[in-house]
Amino acid sequence: MTPASIVHGRPAASRQAGGSQGGGFRYVVRAEWIKFRSVRGWVIGMIVAALLTLLLGVFLAGNANIGCGATLSGRACLPKIPIGADGEAVTDTFYFVRQPLAGNGSLTVRVTSLATRISAGGQAGPVGQGPRNPLANMYKGTVPWAKAGIIITASTRQGSAYAAIMVTGSHGVRMQYDYVHDAAGLAGEISSAAPRWLRLTRNGDVISGYDSADGKHWDLVGTATLAGLPGTVQAGPFATSPIYNELQPFFGGEHIQGGPSQATAVMDDITRHGHWLASKWTGDNIGGHGNSPGTGVGYFRQSRGAVTVSGSGNIAPLVPGPGSFYPTATIERPLSVIFIGLIAVVVVAAMFVTAEYRRGLIRVTFAATPNRGRVLAAKAVVVASAAFVAGLVASVITVPIGISRARNQGQFVLPVPLLTEVRVLLGTAALVAVAAILAVAVGAILRRSAAAVTTVIVLIVLPFLLSVAVLPTAAADWVLRLTPAAGLAIEQSIPNYPQVGSVAGPAGGAYPLTPWAGFGVLCLYAVVALALAAVLLRRRDA
Amino acid sequence: MEPTIEVAGLRKRFGSAVALDGMSFTVQPGQVTGFVGPNGAGKSTTMRVILGLDAPDEGRALVCGRRYASLPQPMRYLGSMLDAGALQPSRSARNHLRWLACSQGLPASRVTEVIQQAGLQDVARRKAGGFSLGMRQRLGIAGAMLGDPEILMLDEPFNGLDPEGIVWMRGFLRSLARHGRAVLVSSHLMSELEDTADHLVVVGRGKVVADTSVAALLAAAAGGRVTLRTAAVPEAVTVLDLAGTTITPSGPDTLTISGLPAERVVTLLSENAVPFSEVSAQRVTLEQAYLELTRDVVEFRAEPAQEVAQ
Repeated sequence: MTPASIVHGRPAASRQAGGSQGGGFRYVVRAEWIKFRSVRGWVIGMIVAALLTLLLGVFLAGNANIGCGATLSGRACLPKIPIGADGEAVTDTFYFVRQPLAGNGSLTVRVTSLATRISAGGQAGPVGQGPRNPLANMYKGTVPWAKAGIIITASTRQGSAYAAIMVTGSHGVRMQYDYVHDAAGLAGEISSAAPRWLRLTRNGDVISGYDSADGKHWDLVGTATLAGLPGTVQAGPFATSPIYNELQPFFGGEHIQGGPSQATAVMDDITRHGHWLASKWTGDNIGGHGNSPGTGVGYFRQSRGAVTVSGSGNIAPLVPGPGSFYPTATIERPLSVIFIGLIAVVVVAAMFVTAEYRRGLIRVTFAATPNRGRVLAAKAVVVASAAFVAGLVASVITVPIGISRARNQGQFVLPVPLLTEVRVLLGTAALVAVAAILAVAVGAILRRSAAAVTTVIVLIVLPFLLSVAVLPTAAADWVLRLTPAAGLAIEQSIPNYPQVGSVAGPAGGAYPLTPWAGFGVLCLYAVVALALAAVLLRRRDA
Repeated sequence: MEPTIEVAGLRKRFGSAVALDGMSFTVQPGQVTGFVGPNGAGKSTTMRVILGLDAPDEGRALVCGRRYASLPQPMRYLGSMLDAGALQPSRSARNHLRWLACSQGLPASRVTEVIQQAGLQDVARRKAGGFSLGMRQRLGIAGAMLGDPEILMLDEPFNGLDPEGIVWMRGFLRSLARHGRAVLVSSHLMSELEDTADHLVVVGRGKVVADTSVAALLAAAAGGRVTLRTAAVPEAVTVLDLAGTTITPSGPDTLTISGLPAERVVTLLSENAVPFSEVSAQRVTLEQAYLELTRDVVEFRAEPAQEVAQ
């Protein structure tokens, strides 16, 4: 090489016109993209993140083994689970004392007592493993969501549209309809000294529920519009009581104890208006043909105008966790290992910034692009895109395989609307992407790989692990509200229903914040960190 | 738009250490400007301020009359190499140049050109982490030349070069200047800039000690001194003293005379029949001239040989 060969003639001063400021950001993003993909370790890191999540997720989805009966296991044990009006899986098991009602009408009762008994038989057993008499060895106790009252249903088929008004173990009077809807009425426990009057009226598709403490002054608790309700409906008193769960301290952690329960209520002062087709009440164990614990234990008695009705079960959406009657799985369960992939992504994203500081390359970068905020934004865009793809590949492959494996093992996968499934899949990818942005920002703030990686893991992964494995539920809920780990809520496909009283914590896939609120908390952290990084980059000497 | 670097009144402190203490100079096109001073004199800090990497407490640095950071795609105006080791070790030389080119909106063909021109074509796809210092310097130069800029600014480009590399670097820098570019080259060893620099900015303790052309510096440092070797020292002193010169004995039979050119010394001695064996005008190396120049600011030589603010 001759000394002059690198120079060709006079420098072309006039050539400077190329590339306006407007096109600048595109160039910077492309430059950062070349930087990213030209370091093999970083690309491999992203692939490893996706693979780890995928393999561990599929493995996790496959570690349950369910048997039913002597010879059956796996898919043959899949329970037949009723589906509610919106396509959600529901529990629909109760004792129903009914008469057909043609057209509009109303039913009024006075509830004078609600007594609940809890099985000491231990935890809710999986299908087929329950004791012969699951409600043997019972003791008196309060079941918060034991329910007794009156109900109007489209039919006695499980999963039918319904509206009901009821007294509960410790949540006062409630008006509930179509499994997921719940409204509160009069508070307080009932007794013979403090009875409650309940009324349901049907007017076309609209059913209104009222309550009263004295039988004279009535309050509207709620109205339900049940589209397509048939002309003749089934109506009458009912009682049911869910599996009782209790969190107990256990070796510094928590342990869930409980079992099936039974509610027995006494109602009198029964008044019917409208065209009732029968003169006698008929009693039915709704859902009494399955394997549900408590099956067939319901009954009713009549004496001097009073009805005693006793039942076990629940009328509610089916949720994951120990409150469930069945071995259920959520679509996102195999993605619960996403935190392992997150660690790999966070390492790569932080290094994408800190490696430049370590080598002094950051000065070359800032000499090429003096607008440092633009460099930060470009790095965030590039790493977030790579992380999003890794997260999407992992979730889109893991979830279907996980669902299929869970079914083959006899687990019922709780169905969710298509949009929810899309939100879980894309949300997982977005979660990984935003975590990567947070890592880029923290990397720019701290400028050291080890410190940045540790900080982001302490911010996101550690709170999640502590919440799942170590902390008591109340503390875990606060951790998952306040730390960036709240973002993992984006994966929750089955909402938290307060009226179900599930004790499933984050380990069971129930987060304290709604999916988007939790994701918003993570985004907030990322935005604040980016803003701080931008200010520091501008102020500091490179 | 003149391709110049103007540095005016830069001051900067790092904690209690004063890095720049009123640094001012201008780099003109068409010549190589040597930026010389001991380690810690503020050369690298000044260069970082010129590139907008460090913010000065006072003063300003302009490239082509504007702040570097305000130039769109600045590497098209000023190419720089501050540290040849500033590389991601696992990234290939070619990819290093590709992202740089991309950030300036330059086509990939320009990368191929500078790789060819820097003689890196055989190693362009290898990881830069395995490069020798000389190869890294070439890669750094290639990066600086990507935008075909009119101003080149190189920090210690001779560091770690073998003798052949030093010769190459000198020729390269000279050719840049010959083509009308402005070249600023820092060094802590004046000897490296011998036969390279046209102009010198000598700095110490964060400010300019001398800002002069190399020719003027050499002439001033030599000061018209003549060495006289003679067996008849007393006679020679008598004759030359009458002519009003300053005479300093520099050996048992040698004198250093200043104030008269060598030819006049020969004429005077011959006219007065004073025998002598040698009369010669003293030659000064750039190194000697530099030492002469910095004799007054020797304090900084006692400082530890470390760059401030690394």
